[in-house]
Amino acid sequence: MTSAQETAVAGEKNAPNQSMPNADYTATAHKARVQDKVATGILAAIVGVIIVALVAIIVYILASGASKLVDVHFLTAKPEQFKAGGGIGPELFNSFYLLVLTLLISVPISLGAAIFLTQYAPQGRITNIAKTAIETLSSLPSIVVGLFGMLTFVLTLHWGFSILSGALALTMFNIPILVRVIQQALEAVPRDQRDAALALGLTRWEATMHVLVPAAMPAIVTGVVLSAGRVFGEAAALIYTAGQSAPVLSWSAPIWSLSNPLNVFRPAETLAVHIWKINSEGVVPDLSAVSAGTAAVLMVCILAFDIIARVAGRALERKLTAE
Amino acid sequence: MTDTTKLTSSTVQNPVLHTHDVTVDYSGKRALNETSLSFESGTVTALIGPSGCGKSTFLRCINLMNREIPGCVVGGKIVYHDINVNTKGIDTLWLRKRVGMVFQQPNPFRKSIYENVAFALKSHGMTKKEELDERVEKSLRAAALWDEVKDKLRDSAYALSGGQQQRLCIARTLALQPDVVLMDEPCSALDPIATFAIEETISSIARNGICVVIVTHNMEQATRVSNKTAFFYLGHMVEFGDTAQIFGAPKDQRLNDYLNGRFG
Repeated sequence: MTSAQETAVAGEKNAPNQSMPNADYTATAHKARVQDKVATGILAAIVGVIIVALVAIIVYILASGASKLVDVHFLTAKPEQFKAGGGIGPELFNSFYLLVLTLLISVPISLGAAIFLTQYAPQGRITNIAKTAIETLSSLPSIVVGLFGMLTFVLTLHWGFSILSGALALTMFNIPILVRVIQQALEAVPRDQRDAALALGLTRWEATMHVLVPAAMPAIVTGVVLSAGRVFGEAAALIYTAGQSAPVLSWSAPIWSLSNPLNVFRPAETLAVHIWKINSEGVVPDLSAVSAGTAAVLMVCILAFDIIARVAGRALERKLTAE
Repeated sequence: MTDTTKLTSSTVQNPVLHTHDVTVDYSGKRALNETSLSFESGTVTALIGPSGCGKSTFLRCINLMNREIPGCVVGGKIVYHDINVNTKGIDTLWLRKRVGMVFQQPNPFRKSIYENVAFALKSHGMTKKEELDERVEKSLRAAALWDEVKDKLRDSAYALSGGQQQRLCIARTLALQPDVVLMDEPCSALDPIATFAIEETISSIARNGICVVIVTHNMEQATRVSNKTAFFYLGHMVEFGDTAQIFGAPKDQRLNDYLNGRFG
């Protein structure tokens, strides 16, 4: 007999002799236990449904595009307008190029804004206004961001459908999220870290840059990479800014040519925009295969971002705290 | 009360630091009434009293850390080496380099053990590696930590135990060669053995001529480590004197009640 059983038996024997637990009490306790079990069951069922649905979507997308996913020709060739066998080479490059540019612009700005809001801005009116603005901006539909980008960058500034217009639209879309993530990361650093730095006669700037930001780095990296996944899959904000055409790219073209991959003034269709475009106005015979393949590639990239975010965040955390 | 303060102040020999009618208000609410105390080199002064009595608030005035709290106003004079530092123009960076602080919770930076000590030195302009190495070793020795960490200086400070982390924080403070070290309940998060090690360290710091001011909840600790004791109650500095007198022959009734466990 295990000790647990012994206790149970002893409990049963003793129960009638004790003054407090009467029939009512036992009934209530029983009811509470049943309630607990039912609640646990319902919650588990809900989570189960969510997981099954998500996994089914992922598996479906990956399975539909599996053959294209490992097809080097598909991953590197240029898309076709009218016949089958087109690839997504330029789109794949454009997606990464736009992502890198967007992060290069949005990370420093967001970091600066978050540092100002958490460390320098007087708590109260300014921070409240900024908070409201950031929340409003982050819930703005991305198509609105896209149309604003078209009016401002494409038409008013005459940059046309270009990578630069697209990157700036994505920056607007990305900044509110990044500011929030970085702000939370900085606020999560214990206050005594900052006090310790200030008490050693360091300036607020030194305390922020050498103590707070490094301590918040794991959370910041995780946040940035996760936001990268969102940016990478964004279509609506790009349709009217980076455009829907992908010029044939050539590394030997001069930088001012629309064929040079790095020219930020060329139009650049991304993977997500490509999916939207071929499904709405594509005429290629292998339309559904191209669409499924592109979706699978997009999905794999975003999954990779997600995994990188976790691994990098955890590795940094371990390095900092030696746990 | 005022008489006691004046009496003890006049007996002080070489105050490195003294406060004159220091008051603290948080958003208009008074947290500390006029407090005048003197602190000498090479002595340990304990600040005791029940929670919320203003002892930590007073401690945080000395290195102007209260200025980091929005809405906090410090009045009166805080005189460090004949300079009133409670003025607008004072260089807080200079003051805090000279007046170090150790906090309640061990709070090493999320850096290596070496960097924890060397970091502030670098930012105060020490760049030569030999100089840094030497100062780091000296500081860690002064905090009685060197032998335990000399082989793992590049490890994260968080690999250390709580007591070791607190001694690292002391070493970090000593590295800047302050002549005043403020300690805010430095042992309250530690076990008795770690506490004993910290108390040894405090005594040896004072023997080296540094003025130590320590806030403590633990009255045995006050009797063990301090030469002078100040008792705070409800935002007033009630009695200040030699530790032996404070604990052996308290003059104020409130102090007497506190020592006898009638409150707090």
